[in-house]
Amino acid sequence: MSTEKSRLMKAWEWHEQRLPIGSFLDHSLGSKYPAPKNLNYWWNFGSLALFMLVTMIITGVFLAMNYTAHVTLAFNSVERIMRDVNNGWLIRYMHSNGASFFFIVVYIHIFRGLYYGSYKPPREVLWWMGVVIYLLMMATAFMGYVLPWGQMSFWGATVITNLFSAIPGVGDAIVTLLWGGFSVDNPTLNRFFALHYLLPFVIVGVVFIHIWALHVPGSNNPLGIDAAPADKIPFFPYYVAKDVFGLGVFLMVYFAVVFWAPNMMGDPLNYVPANPMVTPPHIVPEWYYLPFYAILRAIPDKLLGVVAMFGSILILFVLPWLDRHPVRSASFRPIFRIFFWIFLANGLMLGWCGAQLAEGLPLILSRIGTFWYFFHFIVLLPLLSWIETPKPLPASISQPVLSPAE
Amino acid sequence: MRKIVLAAAAAFILTAPAFAAEEVKPMEREWHFNGMLGKFDKQQLQRGFQVYKEVCASCHSLNYISFRNLEDIGYSEDQVKVIAAEYQVTDGPDENGDMFQRPARPSDHIPHPFANDQLARASNGGALPPDLSLMTKAREDGPNYVYSLMLGYKEAPNGFELNPGMSYNAFFPGHQIAMPQQITDDRVTYADGTKASAEQIATDVVAFLHWTAEPKLEVRHATGVRVLLFAFLFTVLAYLYKRRLWARLGKH
Repeated sequence: MSTEKSRLMKAWEWHEQRLPIGSFLDHSLGSKYPAPKNLNYWWNFGSLALFMLVTMIITGVFLAMNYTAHVTLAFNSVERIMRDVNNGWLIRYMHSNGASFFFIVVYIHIFRGLYYGSYKPPREVLWWMGVVIYLLMMATAFMGYVLPWGQMSFWGATVITNLFSAIPGVGDAIVTLLWGGFSVDNPTLNRFFALHYLLPFVIVGVVFIHIWALHVPGSNNPLGIDAAPADKIPFFPYYVAKDVFGLGVFLMVYFAVVFWAPNMMGDPLNYVPANPMVTPPHIVPEWYYLPFYAILRAIPDKLLGVVAMFGSILILFVLPWLDRHPVRSASFRPIFRIFFWIFLANGLMLGWCGAQLAEGLPLILSRIGTFWYFFHFIVLLPLLSWIETPKPLPASISQPVLSPAE
Repeated sequence: MRKIVLAAAAAFILTAPAFAAEEVKPMEREWHFNGMLGKFDKQQLQRGFQVYKEVCASCHSLNYISFRNLEDIGYSEDQVKVIAAEYQVTDGPDENGDMFQRPARPSDHIPHPFANDQLARASNGGALPPDLSLMTKAREDGPNYVYSLMLGYKEAPNGFELNPGMSYNAFFPGHQIAMPQQITDDRVTYADGTKASAEQIATDVVAFLHWTAEPKLEVRHATGVRVLLFAFLFTVLAYLYKRRLWARLGKH
C-alpha cells in the first residue's frame, strides 16, 4: 500500500517537474497565495464572477449545439430547446438568467472596489483588466440577447448598432460593416453568433491576466492598508471555504429565480418573433445597460450622447488618477463615503430613468443624473483628493486604531 | 448617513412606478400554476383546449404545439390519435410528384388556420390574428392580461371614436381591438359538464395557453424544490465547515 502510494507520488512529482500544474494552482488560488485575514463578504464576489463565467460558457456550449443562427429559424430553434431538447428549458433559463446574475455579481464586485479604493496604487493595471472584462461582458451580453431573434433582440440590435453611425465620417461605413448589409438581417445574426461564442474565451484570457495582476500586490482589504505577512492567511483552505459558503448562498438566490421567476428580468416582447415591419412602442435594453442608456438619451445631440455613454465607462480607466487620495478605504474617508453612496443611488436612479420613455420627469432626472455621474469623477474625486482629511489609519490589520472609529 | 441614503434610494425605487405612464392594470386572478409547487389542473387544460378548438382555432394558430404534446394534458396516446385524425394536413410529394391531404398524426403540428399571413389578414378585416403558443409570456403579466382582455369588452364610452370594424376593450392598449368579443356565457358546452360561464371559459383557455407557453412548468417547479433543498443543505454544511476552520485562527 505504502509503496503503491509513493509510486503515485513519484509519478506526480515526475509530472510536476515537467509541467508544474499543481504548484501553479497552489500559488494561484491555493495554500501558497497569502490573503489578508480581514477580508469581508464583499470579497466573495470575485470568485462568484468566475463561477458565473464558467456556468455561462458551459450552458452556452450546450445551447449552441441546438441553436440555429438564421433569421427564419433562430426563434423556432430556441423554442425547440425550451420544449423538445432534454432539459433544454433548464439550460436556457440558467443561461439567460445567468447573464443577469453575472452582471449583478460583477456590479457588486466593481462597487466593492470603488468603496475600498481597490483601483489605487499599486493595483491600477488590475483595475484596468477589470474594466476590460466589464466592456467585453457588455459586448458579449448584447450580442447574446440578439440571438433568440425576438422583437427586442431585433430592435435592440437596430438601436445599439445605429449608435455607431454618430461617428463623423466613417460612422455609416462602420454600421454597414457591423450589419453585414444595409439593415439588421441574417448576416448580422450570423456574425453576432460567431462573436458571442468567441468573446467569452477572450474574457477567460483577460480574467487570467486580472488574477495574475492581483497576485503581484495581493488582495486589498477592508482597511485599505498594506497587509503585513503576519496578517495574511493562506487562500486555501480559509478563503476557499468562505467562497464555497458564499457560493451556496448565491446559488439559492440564482436558482430561486431560474426555477420560479425565469422571465422576470426579460422583456415579454422577446417572446414575439422579430418583425422588421413592426416597431415596438418602447425599445428598452436589458436592465444592466439601463444607466448607460439613460446617459445616452439624456443628451439631445446624438454624437455627444454616444460619447457620453462610452465616456461614462471609459472614464473608469483613469479613475486611479482622478482619485489620488492616499487613503484607499472609504472607512477612513468620511466625506468620500457619503459621496460613494450618493454615486450608487445616482446610478440606480439612472437605471430607473433608462427604463422609462425619455420625456418629462425621467428625462429631467437622467440629465441631473448624467451631470452628477461625471461631476463625481471629474470634479468631486480630484477635489476630495486635495481637501479631505482622513481618519487615523490603524498601524496594521491586527492593531485596530484606538480612536473611537465607527 | 449611509442609512439615510439607502433609505432614500429604496423609497425612490418603491415609489418610482407612480411616475410611470398611466396604464390599465389587468384584473388579478389566482392561478393553479403559480406558487412554489404550482401545477396545471389537467381537467382545466382539457377544457381550455376545447375552448381553443371551438372558439380560437378558426383564426389563431398554435405553431409550437404538436398533437403529441396533448398527452401532457392528460389525453392517452389513443385519444391523441383520434384528436389528430380530425384534422387534415398537406403531405407529399408522393411518387407522382403531387402533394396530397391526409389525416394528421400525433407527430404533426396543429395546422395553421390560414395558408399564409396575407390570407389571414384578408379574412380578418386587415388584422393579423397572432399565434397564441407564447401569448401568456409575450405580454406583461400575461395570464392576467389575456384573462382580462377576454372579458374586457364593453360599450365604448361617450365621445370615444371607434373605427369601423373595431371593438372597444378596456384592457387592450389604445382600447381598439380588431377581434370582436368571443367569450360569453355558454359559448361552449363543456364535455366534462362544467358550467360554462364567461369567467370559467376565460380562466380555462388562459390556463391552457399558459401550458402552451410554458409546457415544462411542472417539472421546473418540482426540480426547483429539489435543487433548492440541496443548495440549502450544501450551504449549511459549507457554513459549519467554514466556521470550524476559521475558529483555528482565533478571533478574526
